[in-house]
Amino acid sequence: MTTSDLAKIIFGRLSLESIPYHEPILIGTFIGVAIGGIAVLGAITYFKWWGYLWKEWLTSVDHKRIGVMYIVLAIIMLLRGFSDALMMRAQQALSFGDNQGFLPAHHYDQVFTAHGVIMIFFVAMPLVIGLMNFVVPLQIGARDVAFPFLNNFSFWMTVSGVILTMLSLFIGEYARTGWLAYPPLSNLAYSPDVGVDYWIWGLQLSGIGTLLSGVNFVTTIVKMRAPGMTMMKLPVFTWTALVTNVLIVAAFPILTAVLAMLTVDRYLGFHFFTNTMGGNPMMYINLIWIWGHPEVYILILPAFGVFSEVVPTFTGKRLFGYTSMVYATVVIAILSYLVWLHHFFTMGSGASVNSFFGITTMIISIPTGAKIFNWLFTMYRGRIRYELPMMWTVAFMLTFVIGGMTGVMLAVPPADFVLHNSLFLIAHFHNVIIGGVLFGMFAGINYWFPKVFGFKLDRTWGVRSFWLWVIGFWFAFAPLYVLGLMGVTRRLRHFDDPTLHPFFIVAAFGALLIAGGIACMLMQFFVSIRDREKLKVGGDPWNGRSLEWSTTSPPPQYNFAFTPVVHDLDAWWDMKARGAEHPTSGYHAIHMPKNTATGVVLGVLATAFGFAMIWYMWWLAAISFVAMIGYAIFHTFNYDRDYYIPAEEVARTEGHRTPAVATQG
Amino acid sequence: MATQALLAGNGAPTFYVTEEEHHPEGGSTMLGFWIYLMSDCLIFAGLFATYGVLGHSYAGGPSGRDVFELPLVAVNTAMLLFSSITYGFAMLAMERGSKSQTLLWMAITWVFGAAFIGIEMHEFAGLIAEGHGPWTSGFLTAFFSLVGTHGLHVTSGLIWMIVLMVQTAQKGLIPANKRRLMCLSMFWHFLDVVWIGVFTFVYLMGVL
Amino acid sequence: MIPNRFAHFTRNRVIRAGLSVAAVALLGACHADVLQPSGDVAAQQRDLLVAATLLMLLIIIPVMVLTVIVAWRYRESNEEATYLPDWDHSTALELVIWSAPLLIIICLGAITWLGTHTLDPYRPIARLDKGQAVPANAQPLEVDVVAMDWKWLFFYPQYGVATVNQLALPTDRPIAFKITSTSIMNSFYIPALAGQIYAMPGMETKLHAVLNDTGTFNGFSANYSGAGFSGMHFKTLGLDAGGFDQWIGKVKSSGLQLSNANYYKLEKPSENVKPIAFSAYAPGLYDRILNECTHPGEPCVADQMKADMMKDMRGESPRSPAPVNVTGPGTIGNAEGALFKSPQEKGEGKNVGEPPAPGTPGNIKPSDQKNRGMS
Repeated sequence: MTTSDLAKIIFGRLSLESIPYHEPILIGTFIGVAIGGIAVLGAITYFKWWGYLWKEWLTSVDHKRIGVMYIVLAIIMLLRGFSDALMMRAQQALSFGDNQGFLPAHHYDQVFTAHGVIMIFFVAMPLVIGLMNFVVPLQIGARDVAFPFLNNFSFWMTVSGVILTMLSLFIGEYARTGWLAYPPLSNLAYSPDVGVDYWIWGLQLSGIGTLLSGVNFVTTIVKMRAPGMTMMKLPVFTWTALVTNVLIVAAFPILTAVLAMLTVDRYLGFHFFTNTMGGNPMMYINLIWIWGHPEVYILILPAFGVFSEVVPTFTGKRLFGYTSMVYATVVIAILSYLVWLHHFFTMGSGASVNSFFGITTMIISIPTGAKIFNWLFTMYRGRIRYELPMMWTVAFMLTFVIGGMTGVMLAVPPADFVLHNSLFLIAHFHNVIIGGVLFGMFAGINYWFPKVFGFKLDRTWGVRSFWLWVIGFWFAFAPLYVLGLMGVTRRLRHFDDPTLHPFFIVAAFGALLIAGGIACMLMQFFVSIRDREKLKVGGDPWNGRSLEWSTTSPPPQYNFAFTPVVHDLDAWWDMKARGAEHPTSGYHAIHMPKNTATGVVLGVLATAFGFAMIWYMWWLAAISFVAMIGYAIFHTFNYDRDYYIPAEEVARTEGHRTPAVATQG
Repeated sequence: MATQALLAGNGAPTFYVTEEEHHPEGGSTMLGFWIYLMSDCLIFAGLFATYGVLGHSYAGGPSGRDVFELPLVAVNTAMLLFSSITYGFAMLAMERGSKSQTLLWMAITWVFGAAFIGIEMHEFAGLIAEGHGPWTSGFLTAFFSLVGTHGLHVTSGLIWMIVLMVQTAQKGLIPANKRRLMCLSMFWHFLDVVWIGVFTFVYLMGVL
Repeated sequence: MIPNRFAHFTRNRVIRAGLSVAAVALLGACHADVLQPSGDVAAQQRDLLVAATLLMLLIIIPVMVLTVIVAWRYRESNEEATYLPDWDHSTALELVIWSAPLLIIICLGAITWLGTHTLDPYRPIARLDKGQAVPANAQPLEVDVVAMDWKWLFFYPQYGVATVNQLALPTDRPIAFKITSTSIMNSFYIPALAGQIYAMPGMETKLHAVLNDTGTFNGFSANYSGAGFSGMHFKTLGLDAGGFDQWIGKVKSSGLQLSNANYYKLEKPSENVKPIAFSAYAPGLYDRILNECTHPGEPCVADQMKADMMKDMRGESPRSPAPVNVTGPGTIGNAEGALFKSPQEKGEGKNVGEPPAPGTPGNIKPSDQKNRGMS
C-alpha cells in the first residue's frame, strides 16, 4: 500500500487542493473570519466567560436561552447570506458586454446557491423558531416546552447544519445547483464534487432538528396551556406557532425522505432521480415542492402572528376579527398542501392540472387578504403609537400586498409561462419573504427585546435601520420586477444587452441601502447594550395584552411563580383591567429540568459524521455514527434529569421582582 | 383542573394558581411520541408514493413477479405479527407489575423481530447476488428503499428494545421505564401497520 | 353577480389599454419582450397578465389607500379621532372582507381556467392573430428542439436541415415545437414568441406558437443548467415566407452534415457557441436523442418502457428486448454510486474559479458514464 492509498483511506477525497488558497476572495474572508474568531475566543478566555457560556447557555434547556441562541445564529448567518447577495448584485451590475465581472461561473453559481439556502434555512428558519421558542411558553403561561432537552438538541442539530455549510467556504466548495438542487444537475454524473454533498448533509441535519422542534411545540401548545386558556383564547402568535409546527411535522419528513433518496442516488448508485435506468427527475421536483411550498407558510405564518400581537398592543385595542384570523390561519395551512405544482407549471402538465393548482393558489389570497383587513380594522378607531414594531407592521402591510398581488399574477399558468424563473419571480418572493417574514421578525425582535433583556432597543438607530431597509428593499427589487417583464431570466452571470444595465445598477444601489440598514441594526444592538441602564424597563413596557407581559423583564428562570389563570383572550389586559393581584407569599418549590451537555455532544458528533460522509472518510463516518447512537443511549441511562427550585429561593427571587411586575412601562 | 380553578370559593375570579398541582413528569411524552410517529408515517408515505411512480420502471431488469418469493415473505410477515402480539403480552405483564414476565415477553419479541430482520437480509442478499441490486432499475431502487427503510426502523427498534430491557432489569418498572416501554410499544405496532402496507402494496400487488 | 363582474371587467378595457401604454412608455427604449411581444400566443399571455393585474388592483389600491389613511388618522397624537378600544367585531365588515377577495378570485379563477385551456402549449393554435383564424390548409412548421450543454440544437424535419444556436421562423405560419434535452433540465424560452416550457432529458414537451413580426429576437434557457448557462442563448430570426425559404436554401448549401461523429463532438460541453448550420443530419437523430440512445449499445427509453409494459401485461419475464446492463448482471460493477468508485472517478472538488474552457471536457462530463458502459 502506498502512502497515497493510505491518505485516501484516511482523508477520503480531501486533500490540500481542496483548500481554495488560490481564491483571493475566499482567503480574504477566511482571514477576516479567523481574526474575528480569535478575537471573540480571546475575549471569552480573557474575561473568563467560558464556564458561564457553557453552563448558562450552550448546555441550557431553558426555552428563553435557546430562543436567544437561535436568533443570534440567524443574525450571524444573515451577514453571510447578505454578503452573498451583495456579491451577486455586484456581479450582475458589472458583467455587461466585454466585462465578465469579478466572479467566474464556478464561484458565482455557488454564491447564488448558498445565498438561497442560507437565507431560508439558516436565517429565516432560526428567526422564526427562535422567536417561537422565547415567546410561546410565556404566552401560554408555561414554565418550559414539553421536551426541554429535545429543544436543546434541535438547536444543536441546526448549528451542525450551519457549521457544515460554512465549512464549505474554506474546505472544498458548495453546491452549484441552485438552492433546491434539482436533478439531473445534482446527480453524481453532473455534480461529482463535494458541493451537493455539503448541501445534502447540511440540510439533512438541520432538517431533523427542525422536525423535532415541530414535534416539541405542537405538544407544548396542546398540553401545557395555563388553566382557562381554551383554544379560542390562545394568543394569535401562539395559534400561528401551532399551525406552523403542524406544518413542520407534516412537511419536513418529505424533505428528509427526498434528501435521503438523493443521497442513495449519489452514494450507492440508486435510480430515483437519474435520467436513465427507470429513474425520474420530475419526481424529485414534485417531492421537494411538496415540502417547499408549506415551508413558505412555515415562515410567513409566525410573521402574521407577530403582526397580530403588535397591532392590538400599539393601537390599544382588541384584535379585530380574532375568530376569522384563526380560521384564516388554518385555511392557509391546509391550502398550502394543494398548490405545490405552481412552482413548475412549465413542466407540461395538462391544462386542467395547471388550472387546478393555479386556482388553489389564488384561493390562498382570500384568507391572507382577510388577515390584512383584520389588521387594518384593528388600527381603525385605535390610538396608534408609532413605536418600532408598529412601524415595521405598517411597512409590511404596504409592501406585502404588492408581493401578494404579483404572487397571484404568477399563479395564472399562461402568465407564469412568460414570467417563470424570471427576475419578476425573484422580485416576487423577495417581496413576500423580506416584506413579510423579515419585516415581521424585525417587528418581533423590537417588540420582545425588552422582555428578553429588560431594556428597550434604541429608537434612533432603529428608525434609521427601518428606513434604509424599506427604501433599500424597493430600490433593490423594483428594477427586478421591470427586468422580469422585459424577459430577463434568473441566475445569469453575464449580459449582452446594454439597455438592461441601468436597472442592475439601481438594484445594486438598493442592496447597498439594505447593507446600511443591517449596519444600523447592528449599531442599534450595540448602542442599546451600551445604554442599557437608560433604556431599562419594567415587566410591561408596551402596555401589553398577553401573558408574557405579566412577568418581569427578563423573566425568572421559571417564568411564573404562580401559574396564571386565563379568563379572556387578552389575558394580561383583563388581569390589569380587573386589578388582579399577584400573591406575595405562599410560594412553592418549582420543578425544573436540568441542563445537559448531551445536545452539544451529539451536535459535534453529527457535524463530524456529516463532514466524513461529504469527504468519503468512511472510518470517521462509522465511528461518529456509532458514537452518536452510543451517546444517545448513554443519555437515556441518566434518570436524574430534573430538580426543584426551593420555595425559599423562589420567595427571594419574587421579593426582588414583584415590585417590578407592578411597574408599568 | 381547567374549570374549577377559574373561580375561587366565593365565586370571584382567580387569576393565579396558588395551590400548585403536581404535574406528573412526562405527561406529554405519549402525545409527543405519537406526533413523531405521524411524521415518520409521512416518510413512509413519501416512499410508498415513490414506489407507486417507479414500481413499473424495470429498465429491462426483473419485475416483482420475477424476484419476489411470496412464501418467504409470508413467513416474514408472520414473524412481525407474532412479535406484535408478544409485545402486547409484555405490556400486559407490565400493567400487572411483573418485571420478570415483562422481560421474558420482550425477549421473545426480540427474537421474532431479529428473525424478521434475518429473513429480510437473506432476501436482500439473494437479490443482490442474482444481480438484482437496487442499482439495477427504478423499480428495484424503490423496492429496496421502501422495504429497507422499514427494516432499518425495525433494527433500531431492536436496539431500543435491548436498551429498555437492560434499563428495566436495572431500575424495575418505575414510571419513567413504563413510559419508555409504552413508546416502544407504539413504535413497534406502528411498524407492524406499515409492514402490512408494504406486504399488500409491494409484494401481493406485485405478484398477484 | 358574476356576469356583472365580467361587465365591469370589460369596461376596464379602456383603462387597461391606458395602463399598457403607460407601461410601454415606462420601458420605452428597452426590449420589453413580455409586454410588447411579436407573437400572438405571447400577446394573449400578456393580455391575461394585464387583466389579472387590473382585477387585483381593484382591491389592492383601496387597501393601500385605506392603510395610509387609517395609519395617519388614528395616530396617537390625533385626539379628535374616535377611539373604541373594545370594538373587535362587525359581522357586516367580516362579510365584506371575505367576500370582496372571494369575488375577485372567482372572476380570476374563471379567466384562469379559460386562459389556461386556450393557451395550453400542447394545443395547436387556433388563430394567427387577433381576428385571423388559421387557414384550413396551413401546414405548421415543425421544429424539434434539443437543449444541450450549453447550446440549442434545432431540427427542421420537413426540410432535413439542422442548426445550432440559430432559429429562423416564418411569420404568420403555425409552428409546432417538440422539445427535449440531452442531459440537464433547461427551459426553452423566446419571450417575443410565446411562454416557456421545460426541456427535459428522456422526455418530450410541446409548444405551439406563431410569430407575427419580422425581426431578431432573443431566445435562451430559462432554467439554470450549470456553468455555461449564461452563454446558452440564441437569436431567433423572424422572416417572411420568401426570406425563410432563402434561409433554408442557405442552410442547405452549408455543406456541413450532422453525422453521428459530428454529433458526438457537438455533445461535449461548450458555451457561447456561434451559430452552425447543418445541411443534413443522421436519420432519426432527434428520436435517438429523445430516447437517450445516440451511442451504440445504449437501450432506447421507448423500447424499455414498451418492454416494461409488456412484462406487466404478460405476467412473465421475457428476455429483455434491448441490451441493458452492459457491464453484465451479477457483479457489483453495476452500481454507479460514489461508494463503488475510485477517488479519481469521483472528482476532486477543487475550488478553482475558472469554468471549464469551451469545447474541452470540463468537470461536467455528461457522456462520461455512457462511455464507461460502451467500453
